[in-house]
Amino acid sequence: MNLSVGTETIAQMAFWIVVGIALGGAALAVFPRNILYNVLGLAMGLAGVAGIYLYLGSFFIAMMQLLIYVGAICIAIVFAIMLSRPLHLEVPKRKVPKVAMAVLASAIFMVAMIMMALKTKWVPAVERSTDWSIDTIGHLLLTRYDMVFEVISLVLLVAIIGAILTAGYSRRLTS
Amino acid sequence: MNTLGTYLVIAAVLFSLGLLGVLQRRNLIGMLISVELMLNGANINFMAFNRFLAPEPAVGQIVTLFVMGLAAAEAAIGLSIILALFRTMRSINVERAQQLRG
Repeated sequence: MNLSVGTETIAQMAFWIVVGIALGGAALAVFPRNILYNVLGLAMGLAGVAGIYLYLGSFFIAMMQLLIYVGAICIAIVFAIMLSRPLHLEVPKRKVPKVAMAVLASAIFMVAMIMMALKTKWVPAVERSTDWSIDTIGHLLLTRYDMVFEVISLVLLVAIIGAILTAGYSRRLTS
Repeated sequence: MNTLGTYLVIAAVLFSLGLLGVLQRRNLIGMLISVELMLNGANINFMAFNRFLAPEPAVGQIVTLFVMGLAAAEAAIGLSIILALFRTMRSINVERAQQLRG
């Protein structure tokens, strides 16, 4: 690499800041009781994940992450929160055994995953192409992954129709 | 910093935070948020293997795109089910949704 030491350290610091944003946002999305903080934490964490995608070398996927997750899914969740009841009316107490068992289970899972990831000796593919361009992605989407692409669009269509029916019919039945 | 192990550890931490949320929360919207976190952890894994090991760098990005599309569909269906449940139960607490209990 042709970078000087200064830019290298700055890039490294920026990487850890991005990781901190992602993990801090994830913690903010899980731990607070107020659901609005959860959504804001989710948006922050997903933006951090987009930064991690930038470090993994894919500008396109980072932009898609911002567009789909932060732009669409978070806003949809905010709408759902505004359509349901104000949540400060109903904040049930957390049961200690349940929380303890959940923490135990996910801690065991995390330790197992990290050990597995660090102990395995990963071997790169023998021949690796360096073709990261969006042209190739589009080409592959319309040739080799044609079927999957069409099925995804069908799934999205069915999901939209199903969402409209589910939300609409229940209103007609109850009111 | 820029090794495969770093990204795998980040993805594992994200996934377990999401798992903790799914197991521990009773608010349905909170559980949906945690599921999104788990999907993102899996996506980071795909992108990391794609960056460091895979023979064709385009394939991992395509898989990540598919996961994002499925996550959008899942969020739409999940939120509409939550709204329908809220209209009938007047609550989005999972433990209140027990009409079928004998």
